[in-house]
Amino acid sequence: MQLRKVTAASAAVLALALSATACGSGDKDDSGSSGGGKIKVGIKFDQPGLGLQEPDGSFSGFDVDVATYVAGQLGYKPNQIEFVQTKSADRENALARGDVKFIAATYSITDERKAKVDFAGPYLLAHQDLLVKKDSTIAKGADLNGKKLCSVTGSTSAQNIQQTIAPKANLKEVSTYSECIAGLQSGSVDAVTTDDSILAGFAAQDKYKGQFKLAGLKLSNENYGIGVKKGDTATADKINTALEKMVSDGSWQKAVDKNFGPANYKNEPAPKIGVIVK
Amino acid sequence: MSSVLYDTPGPRAKRRNLLLSVVFFLLLALLAWWVWQKLDDKGQLKWDLWQPFTTSEAWTTYLLPGLGNTLKAAALAMVIALPLGAVFGIARMSDHAWVRISAGWVVEFFRSIPVLLLMLFAQEFYVRSTDVGSDERPLYAVVTGLVLYNASVLAEVVRAGVLALPKGQTEAAYAIGLRKGQTMTGILLPQAVTVMLPAIVSQLVVVVKDTALGGVMLQFTELLTARGTLAANYANVIPSFVVVAVVFILLNLALTTFASWLERRLRRSKRGTGAVLGAEDVQDLNAAEVAGAFGSGASA
Amino acid sequence: MPFTYATHPEAREIVFDFLQGYDVLGAFWTTVKLAVFSAVGSLVWGTLLAAMRVSPVPLMRGFGTAYVNIVRNIPLTVIIIFTSLGLADIFGVTLGASDFKVQGFRLAILGLTAYTAAFICEAIRSGINTVPVGQAEAARAIGLNFSQTLRLIVLPQAFRAVIGPLANVLIALTKNTTVAAAISVAEAAALMKTMIENEAQTLAIGAVFAFGFVVLTLPTGLFLGWLAKRLAVKR
Repeated sequence: MQLRKVTAASAAVLALALSATACGSGDKDDSGSSGGGKIKVGIKFDQPGLGLQEPDGSFSGFDVDVATYVAGQLGYKPNQIEFVQTKSADRENALARGDVKFIAATYSITDERKAKVDFAGPYLLAHQDLLVKKDSTIAKGADLNGKKLCSVTGSTSAQNIQQTIAPKANLKEVSTYSECIAGLQSGSVDAVTTDDSILAGFAAQDKYKGQFKLAGLKLSNENYGIGVKKGDTATADKINTALEKMVSDGSWQKAVDKNFGPANYKNEPAPKIGVIVK
Repeated sequence: MSSVLYDTPGPRAKRRNLLLSVVFFLLLALLAWWVWQKLDDKGQLKWDLWQPFTTSEAWTTYLLPGLGNTLKAAALAMVIALPLGAVFGIARMSDHAWVRISAGWVVEFFRSIPVLLLMLFAQEFYVRSTDVGSDERPLYAVVTGLVLYNASVLAEVVRAGVLALPKGQTEAAYAIGLRKGQTMTGILLPQAVTVMLPAIVSQLVVVVKDTALGGVMLQFTELLTARGTLAANYANVIPSFVVVAVVFILLNLALTTFASWLERRLRRSKRGTGAVLGAEDVQDLNAAEVAGAFGSGASA
Repeated sequence: MPFTYATHPEAREIVFDFLQGYDVLGAFWTTVKLAVFSAVGSLVWGTLLAAMRVSPVPLMRGFGTAYVNIVRNIPLTVIIIFTSLGLADIFGVTLGASDFKVQGFRLAILGLTAYTAAFICEAIRSGINTVPVGQAEAARAIGLNFSQTLRLIVLPQAFRAVIGPLANVLIALTKNTTVAAAISVAEAAALMKTMIENEAQTLAIGAVFAFGFVVLTLPTGLFLGWLAKRLAVKR
């Protein structure tokens, strides 16, 4: 007798749990392909200055502003945009499956990625760089040999340094950039490497202000584009038009000033649509 | 018990114990002082690094949703693993050798593989063979890994729970003419559920802890990963770690306390058979007892 | 002629193609080293903790209890990452290694030791509790003091009783070494992650690594199980 109750109860819980997850996946299907209500946009959640989830739950950063402007041109009001966290490794997949309409998340245009997704833009030209302490003597890439360098596990910036720029650098790999920056502050590493736009955002945070500087090395060219689903040229074209308008009506410069101004990040001028700087 | 190891201390022993206490205290104090000094040195004690945790925003935006995901994954894993574990546990007690042995192999296989490998494998499996969205994929992968592992452990819990019941229960059931299946579902399992309850609650602690694996390696936004977003905002890596660790400790201590309360209560209760599977037993089950495993003999 | 790899060497190449360019054995060797060093460390530290937990000095008992209850309830992942971001970055505990690869490896051993010791301590303590009261009483009756009673009478019996539970803790430790991947130690789990992301044969790779862990845990389990039976104190 008792067992029947137990099985019935656990079956009920199981069914509940399953339906809860089923609901979860059901929710997203209706908004994946645009149309009426909302648009899903992929951004980063943990990069100050580019894409950051603020304590009040809102989002800030250059990528966020670009995404908001573009979505506006596509006919969505800010309150119709739903920002989704797209981790670096997940971006191609999220687009291919239609989880998000487009992605503006420090997404460099490369040939490898172009095989899997289509890009609009570029909308910003960034460079791989080093963030070092204010009084650091590291002035060129080769200075890193024998120095302690931090980057995120498996990042292309780290590989670039190890394979070509400074093979003898002592590389520490962690899971997020904020951990690298904390290590830089405590002195356990000498430099942090990734795109200068990302580094500038961290360096401008209140708690780190005035402690770090960018080495300004331009170790690579990173053309940030807006990723859309492969073959979705209609959206890509609309986004390109939107980006052109954003530059011409001054919104682009405004977004730059707002997000990179405090970081004292000297960005490149607005790139021409479709021109990739190799 | 421990008090047997030594006499009630006399005057000399008291002096020696006091001396030991003082020395040990000094050592601990030295350690604490060093920790404090280093933290202060690196500016980790500044109030503005810790202040965010007194605001409700830090909790409602980052930590609580993370904790919610941790609990969600743990609960889902447990709810799915329980019936699965019961099936395999009963199969391992089957009278048919082929059922018993193949169930034994499955259970031992999944118990001897690290949960992290199971999760990583599940993650890749979902990418390639299903259309589970990137939003839910980490959750699915984490839960799958946890279920595969914990169902195996729970299978052992169920088996041990049934075996812990007095033999008279089975004999009495046969005596009144019940068949094997009836004995299992009507007599043994209902009693075993009570016997197993404390062990199941203790197993939850293991599940909660293991969700953190999914955070670092699979980008599942549980408590530990939510900490990352928080630290990106407030630039407080160390304080955020301390806070998250404290949350885990409190949560798991609550579960452990509940489990041992349950255990005590069941042991004292006059209604049951007095057989209880406690936290200690489940600890042993969490490691693969490959030794006796492939035989299918009852573990001690 | 029956089909074998000996007659068709090219078949072996095709079947194990996905292993090309990956140092699987090296990764498992790192796993073994992590497990062995952490096992030795945690046996020592765990025994000390157990001794504290049963000692007549209340402060030591308190410390032992607090240590076990705190460490057991924190995810190992948190502990391992903390060794890197906390111990190394803030406290400057680099364990004599400036190279981050070596440092990560040593820190992982430290973290695994700190975590596993709590479980070893509990296994030993429960072992001490299995030694009949009469043994300790007899020891005290012939005039042995606390440390003599523990060293000569109780622990030798307790250790034999705890081989089974200790074996379980050590096997769990072997599996737990995979968490070291969280601080980029190049052990088996880290390699498997890279491999299944880059190669097509997900199942085959999973099978290879699963097999590796079964190979690692099976002999340990069998040996310690045999030992436990052989050394069991007959009562």
